[in-house]
Amino acid sequence: MKTIVYLLQKEFLQIFRHRIMLPLIFVMPIIQLLILAHAADYEVKHIRLVMVDQDNSSLSLRLRDKFDHSPYFDLAANVSTPKEALELIQQGTADLFIEIPVDFGRDLQRSQAVQLQISVDAINGVKAGLAGAYANAIIAEFNQQVWMDWGRFVPASALEIVPSYRFNPSLDYQTFMVPGILVILVTLVGMFLSGMNIVKEKEIGTIEQINVTPIRKYQFIIGKLLPFWIIALVELSFGLVVAKLVFDIPFVGSLGLIYGFAALYLLLVLGMGLFISTITETQQQAMFIAWFFLMIFVLMSGLFTPIESMPNWAQQITRFNPIAYFVEVMRMVLLKGSGWEEVQRHFTIIGGYALMVNGLAVWNYRKTS
Amino acid sequence: MNADKAIQIRAIHKTYGPVKALENITFDVAPGELFGLIGPDGAGKTSLIRILASLLLADEGEAAIYEWDIVRDYRQIRKHIGYMPGRFSLYQDLSVEENLHFFATLFGTSIEENYDLVKDIYRQLEPFKSRRAGKLSGGMKQKLALCCALIHRPRVLLLDEPTTGVDPVSRKEFWEMLNQIRREGISILVSTPYMDEASLCDRIALIQKGKILGIDTPNGLTSRYERPLWAVRASDTYRLIGDLRTFSNTHTAYPFGDSVHLGLKEATDQAVLYQYLLEKGHESVQIEAIRPDVEDCFMEWMGG
Repeated sequence: MKTIVYLLQKEFLQIFRHRIMLPLIFVMPIIQLLILAHAADYEVKHIRLVMVDQDNSSLSLRLRDKFDHSPYFDLAANVSTPKEALELIQQGTADLFIEIPVDFGRDLQRSQAVQLQISVDAINGVKAGLAGAYANAIIAEFNQQVWMDWGRFVPASALEIVPSYRFNPSLDYQTFMVPGILVILVTLVGMFLSGMNIVKEKEIGTIEQINVTPIRKYQFIIGKLLPFWIIALVELSFGLVVAKLVFDIPFVGSLGLIYGFAALYLLLVLGMGLFISTITETQQQAMFIAWFFLMIFVLMSGLFTPIESMPNWAQQITRFNPIAYFVEVMRMVLLKGSGWEEVQRHFTIIGGYALMVNGLAVWNYRKTS
Repeated sequence: MNADKAIQIRAIHKTYGPVKALENITFDVAPGELFGLIGPDGAGKTSLIRILASLLLADEGEAAIYEWDIVRDYRQIRKHIGYMPGRFSLYQDLSVEENLHFFATLFGTSIEENYDLVKDIYRQLEPFKSRRAGKLSGGMKQKLALCCALIHRPRVLLLDEPTTGVDPVSRKEFWEMLNQIRREGISILVSTPYMDEASLCDRIALIQKGKILGIDTPNGLTSRYERPLWAVRASDTYRLIGDLRTFSNTHTAYPFGDSVHLGLKEATDQAVLYQYLLEKGHESVQIEAIRPDVEDCFMEWMGG
């Protein structure tokens, strides 16, 4: 026990001796949260719209105004032929054009069916899908208003569906992203710093000197991993404070549950770092391998794209993705207020996973070559 | 095994793939002895020391440090040896004092407890005690490493090329320290590629390509050299070596500082060689009979 305390002392001394470490630990979460949470926003605004108004009636002008007043669309240009509009899209100065046919106003007043053509630049699929949907919504609303103004029966929307968004009523992306970004932060500290730290001893050769001391294998491993377990939990706390103060993320569920899960989750991530350190000889190799896994884990975590919309085989892979579990637990507990009952399964899986990975890492870690 | 011996090595073999790193190594080191393992790079010195330090397993043979078998009792071994790897292996980002303190605590002791053992060395380091180990000079690094290897008062000290890459003055100081440590009853096994350091040991083993060429005291070894040995000097040393090698009575001729050491097949008169060299056009030729040293022995035996 005393030996572990000395090892911890030495580790913390070394970690904080590097002038960059302390600021990094506190600056990293702020920067990541501030930048990522604002940047990783799926709402598409300021779509550049081109109107091809071949009608020029009061109704077509009214439709154009409606688009112009929407926060989602900026009216980039008015042209008279679809060809000109297409050119603007090809030049990259517009994202979408709407073609209003001749006699649009007249046909509408006569209650005839009128067709509008919407053409969207679909290079960015997500943006195109959303732009099309927004445009449809605006046109539908326009349609309804026009008919109501004329005091006629509204045929299209006899049944109106009013969605109620639970747990994130305003569909705020930050509420959705911030808990997930915190998970990445904690994972970074756990997987990178721990693995690199052990490999560094190998690379610099200090492990030779440590190995001839009476220090035991488990003492060395605990002495190496515990500091990062502590630092990662401090990071999490700091990140949660920023999440509350800056982003006003609701803490509906129990923070104790979050910390309990984080503590367990870190055992798993630290075990992965340890395992990487046992199969590599230099920090460069360790970094490369850790990055490989982290990339896959992050991109397939459900943080950026929902797991449910992945193909089946990819969904199977995410079953082995620790980040996916933690992101889910964070969102469930913080936003939904889920309790032990709902996240019990996550605890069991991550606990078992941690046991397995650490077992493998310790077995692979040899004191004598 | 015999617990009266500080180190006992019996028929140790070690191979790395097709390379035989150690072949049938057998010798003892007595308590309080300063034993030198002398040989060039790649001779197997590091492998042998790492086997004794319980960091490497031998393929065959056994070894013990006092009553402890190096494999079975490795945990005891690690308590009672001090090991200094060839490469500087202390924490470069910790200060001199922090390194020493850390290694003392790992062995369950403190700097104060064994201060008298390291004080002569540590005193030289004390002005720099808050400096980071990575910022020390080569000689200072070695002194710190020696301190850290000694701080738990080991019974046996294993030093792997401690003076390689260290300046001549620091080397000399380092050997003086080893002498003092030995007086404390600590046995020392030290490896070195420098032949001139051999004479500072109580006994030495010459090692080459994993085999031991000879084990004796430095004087004992040199007295086994039987050929007449001359040191030959001339103004053009490079041409001199070539000409000496074609001289009919030459057994070995190799450069040694500013002269050429010439081992003869049989005793003869210096005048014969003098005449030969003058005919070859050499100027300011000097010839003197010399006593062989360890390097002469090494060159002689490694050929055979």
